[in-house]
Amino acid sequence: MSENKETKKSARSANYLSAKESRRISRQNRKITSAMEKKYRRKNVPESEYLTQMHDPRNVVEFDDLHSYFFTDTGTVKAVDGVTYEVPQGMTVGVVGESGCGKSVTSLSLMQLLQRPQGQIVSGSIRLNLGDKAYDVAKMPMRAMEQIRGNQVSMIFQEPMTSLNPVFRIGAQVDEVIKLHNPTWSKGQVKQRTIEMLEMVGIANSEGVYRMYPHELSGGMRQRVMISIALACNPRLIIADEPTTALDVTIQAQILDLLRGLKDKINSSIMLITHDLGVIAEMADYVVVMYAGRIVEKGTAQEIFSNPSHPYTIGLMASKPVINRRVDRLYSIPGKVPNPIDMPDYCYFRDRCEQCVERCQGKYPPEIHLTDTHVVSCYRYWDFHKEDK
Amino acid sequence: MEKITIDNTFTPLVHNPDNVLEVNALKKYFPIKEGMLQRTVGYVRAVDGISFNIKRGTTMGLVGESGCGKTTVGRTILRLHEKSGGEVLFNGQEVHTLSKAQMRALRPKMQIIFQDPYSSLSPRLPIGEIVGEAVREHNIVPKEEFNDYIDEIMSECGLQPYHRDRYPHEFSGGQRQRICIARALALNPEFVVCDEPVSALDVSIQAQIINLLRDLQEEHNLTYLFISHDLSVVEHISDTIGVMYLGSLVEFGSKEDIFREPLHPYTKALFSAIPIPDPNSKMNRIVLEGSIPSPANPPKGCKFHTRCKNCMEKCKTEAPQPKEIEPGHFVVCHLYDNEPENKAE
Repeated sequence: MSENKETKKSARSANYLSAKESRRISRQNRKITSAMEKKYRRKNVPESEYLTQMHDPRNVVEFDDLHSYFFTDTGTVKAVDGVTYEVPQGMTVGVVGESGCGKSVTSLSLMQLLQRPQGQIVSGSIRLNLGDKAYDVAKMPMRAMEQIRGNQVSMIFQEPMTSLNPVFRIGAQVDEVIKLHNPTWSKGQVKQRTIEMLEMVGIANSEGVYRMYPHELSGGMRQRVMISIALACNPRLIIADEPTTALDVTIQAQILDLLRGLKDKINSSIMLITHDLGVIAEMADYVVVMYAGRIVEKGTAQEIFSNPSHPYTIGLMASKPVINRRVDRLYSIPGKVPNPIDMPDYCYFRDRCEQCVERCQGKYPPEIHLTDTHVVSCYRYWDFHKEDK
Repeated sequence: MEKITIDNTFTPLVHNPDNVLEVNALKKYFPIKEGMLQRTVGYVRAVDGISFNIKRGTTMGLVGESGCGKTTVGRTILRLHEKSGGEVLFNGQEVHTLSKAQMRALRPKMQIIFQDPYSSLSPRLPIGEIVGEAVREHNIVPKEEFNDYIDEIMSECGLQPYHRDRYPHEFSGGQRQRICIARALALNPEFVVCDEPVSALDVSIQAQIINLLRDLQEEHNLTYLFISHDLSVVEHISDTIGVMYLGSLVEFGSKEDIFREPLHPYTKALFSAIPIPDPNSKMNRIVLEGSIPSPANPPKGCKFHTRCKNCMEKCKTEAPQPKEIEPGHFVVCHLYDNEPENKAE
């Protein structure tokens, strides 16, 4: 019994934070965030301040060493901690990882929709290609961002049930986006475009749906409406944040089919965020695997699925039951994700990894190129790193 | 005004001692009430005549789209809803005719694990109380062994004894699901309804929970009714599988039979819709058009005919009857009307 009490105490003291300490942290946070907020809310910012050059003009978006932190009263949560990847024009990039690994925060950073003032892009850049010029989203102020959001980059959210406003008709909600980004259009033109969009996403009774409220539609239909809102302004990039997680398999198949078809029709790129490896395999050209705020592996879908290299990716694939592959026991990755407030300075996955090598005792592993496109952050492939140099 | 009645004709079942649970022509209709007098104007046919049985120590998977009545089946079996027709035999005993006291004595034998571990635990009770409340109520163990018993159950489900004084908000989703499992298991049940126990969890946590459920099944000789819409999970854990569509079973059989050769057009479409984590497998997907019809006004004849690719004239007027194609493999579809019946006997 006494042993029990001791473990209880030590478990508690590990997370204990005195009121005084917490106040100190929150004061410090407010200092940092209010400076950032001030910069973000400035008006009449010259365009030159956030104008930039794409490293490769064939990319739509380049994330470059992005850091997005949340300044909470118990400490700084490094939700995205040095993420680098790009989305090429006309391609689909899939981002996989467990909940809380920072995959959504990366996309929200691109939309500048982080929960302010706690959530802030701290450093790094997000280069967005607008065709004739490129902007660095990380440096953009609020007013400029409003022109981009929903117009050049748009987002499909996870829950079609909660992301539509229940008190407005479907028509009004789609109209709003079109009107906002095309202020010169007449009412008739806007409505015509809305009907056109609803037809494009496969809603047969588009005139009827135009006058309906969200509660009159099923989950799949609501997600179609969400997609039509996202596509209304022919965006260059669509961010789909778990677009089918809340839907049934049969409806999921319909929606994925639709997304694939529409991407080619309006020639845009998709950033697909999901935790379902099956969906990724079906949709994505490139795959990014994230763990605890960092990228552990990225490459083409072919490379990731035929030759998964990082122990985390391998574990993730083994833990999902697959039809017609009989296993007696599912593999489960031991341990759990490290505390995001107090990240270790070694490989974040080391404590759960079953394939540690001697070098793992050192710092966080660098990016190691297995092929031109296949990059993994793991010391097991250190030999490839040397060849690289 | 025409009076609406529920047709409740069925042939009573003969109990087979191998089976823990036998469900025969089970119906659950929810009344739709309208007007100032709240008159019943119709029924939502959530469960419309379902029959199956589960052998002791095995797992039956129940799959189907949302809104097809899977959860209602689970709840009606446990008498959390009163049935509208048919029978539910638990160890040969009709559950729905028991008196209150008899029902109370039976409750510990049949338990349920709910879908959402975030809303099914009381935020005001410590874990020890959540797990132990029913144990004390039903006098499962003598008073002096109570504490040790709770500790034992919790450690069996992968929780630490010092978790007893903590509250649900201090736990992650996977751990909460472990608490729900411990709560169900503490009563020493024979039969557990698992209502989508892993759909709210991450892939890596899913694997842990599924493994835990399997280990516990072997150890305690449990019988599961595993309700899920994730076919890959159902395939992994089940021995027999029932596919539901709009309140009825369309196909029922052993896992091997159903996955080797799905017969019903709906089962085929459902299986082809599962995304496979392999970019090279490009298969012909059968995409079902439209969505599930309203169970308040189901289509005449075969309920699936509005979305079926192989729909015939007959399907629109005449409801198909279950037919045993292979021993133990039933299908409810007119396509197999001409196939020879293959009875087990």
